[in-house]
Amino acid sequence: MTELWEGYIWPGAIIIAQILAIVLPILVAVAYLTYAERKVIGAMQLRRGPNVVGPFGLLQPLADGAKLFLKETVIPTGASRAVFVLAPMLTFILALIGWAVIPFNEGWVLADINVGVLYLFAVSSLGVYGIIMAGWGSNSKYAFLGGMRSSAQMVSYEVSIGLIIISVLLTAGTLNLSAIVEAQREGLWYFIPHFPMFILFFISALAETNRHPFDLPEAEAELVSGYNVEYSSMTFALFFLGEYANMILMSGMVTILFLGGWLAPFEVAPFTWVPGVVWFALKVALCLFVFIWARAAFPRYRYDQLMRLGWKVFLPFSGIWVVLTAGFLLFTDQLPK
Amino acid sequence: MEDLLREYLPILIFIGIAVVVSAVAVGASYIVAPQHPDVEKDSAYECGFEAFDDARSRFEVRYYLVAILFIIFDLEIAFLFPWAVSLGATGEFAFWSMMVFLGVLTIGFIYEWRKGALEWE
Repeated sequence: MTELWEGYIWPGAIIIAQILAIVLPILVAVAYLTYAERKVIGAMQLRRGPNVVGPFGLLQPLADGAKLFLKETVIPTGASRAVFVLAPMLTFILALIGWAVIPFNEGWVLADINVGVLYLFAVSSLGVYGIIMAGWGSNSKYAFLGGMRSSAQMVSYEVSIGLIIISVLLTAGTLNLSAIVEAQREGLWYFIPHFPMFILFFISALAETNRHPFDLPEAEAELVSGYNVEYSSMTFALFFLGEYANMILMSGMVTILFLGGWLAPFEVAPFTWVPGVVWFALKVALCLFVFIWARAAFPRYRYDQLMRLGWKVFLPFSGIWVVLTAGFLLFTDQLPK
Repeated sequence: MEDLLREYLPILIFIGIAVVVSAVAVGASYIVAPQHPDVEKDSAYECGFEAFDDARSRFEVRYYLVAILFIIFDLEIAFLFPWAVSLGATGEFAFWSMMVFLGVLTIGFIYEWRKGALEWE
């Protein structure tokens, strides 16, 4: 009995508590990211943003959530019901499980696996399935076209994201995310030596999460709302939450790969007093601000421009950078052993 | 085996919890919210028109082409991952063999480019 208790139940309960300690803050962060987005864009367009529900409109995301929850779940007659309902759930699940390997602070990671980068890469690749299932399952022309566009866009930028990650791996010499952050402690944070890749990664992250200026799948003027046009109520809310959770996950990846994760910018007194998790959150918030800023600042791309940028600019450029990085590190004998 | 299990078990539980959270969200909303389906509401949205035919029609072949190109390049990247991590240990030989591989791939890429496989109009 004690063996059962100490061997299985207790460790299991600890793991579940840890998972909840990750999932709940993320859901709150997602809710307040939507609030922050509306406030920031409001400020950039000289409006006020939400300011009615609660003090400074702070309860707005909760009101939105409750409203979506209490709406009718419309499933179109022509749709494949199972695929239609599973698509938003899959998107949301994939946006959550990526967080299992993200180190928030030294040792603050749920599963410190050796192939963390590969896991993240795999999870974000699977994200295409949610969208293609939604586009196909809805049996609606707008959803279908939006789903096609969206998945083609995501796979195109997936390729350049992969090549950019390779450059970072060459410098760090490990696939473990905590070790990648630690590798940046000795040297420079990777956004300095890999500056062009940092910019490319960020732009690819915008495209990968279907955000402005690459939000073509949504392109209101031509496709109404893209792959999620037939969705309502909680099925729509899960797409929405998934998209924003993916934005936060992508910002987390930028932070870990290029901005030194939980490390303080300078290893001197006032900076090291601040706990690592605060630095991590600040860097993620900075990335998210740029995500929102890009939405307010840039007009939408055309689809042919988007594909040209992905295949003809990002792919060759990031490929050449991999070769240059490998060659430089090898012949100056700086590769991590 | 034991270590492997210990490292990946939290991920498995995490997936389980994520599945439960999303299923509960959809299910609870379905039960709590009033459901009044009718023919017009449940027809596919087409800006006020009635849908004439099934939406799953033919589509542009370029999407298919993009998918094939993606498979080639994604496999290449999967191939590059172990190479990148172990380059410090394998050294110059590994570097040049990968350059040959990338060279072959680049020839294919230039061919696609010249053939117009990457053009969207």
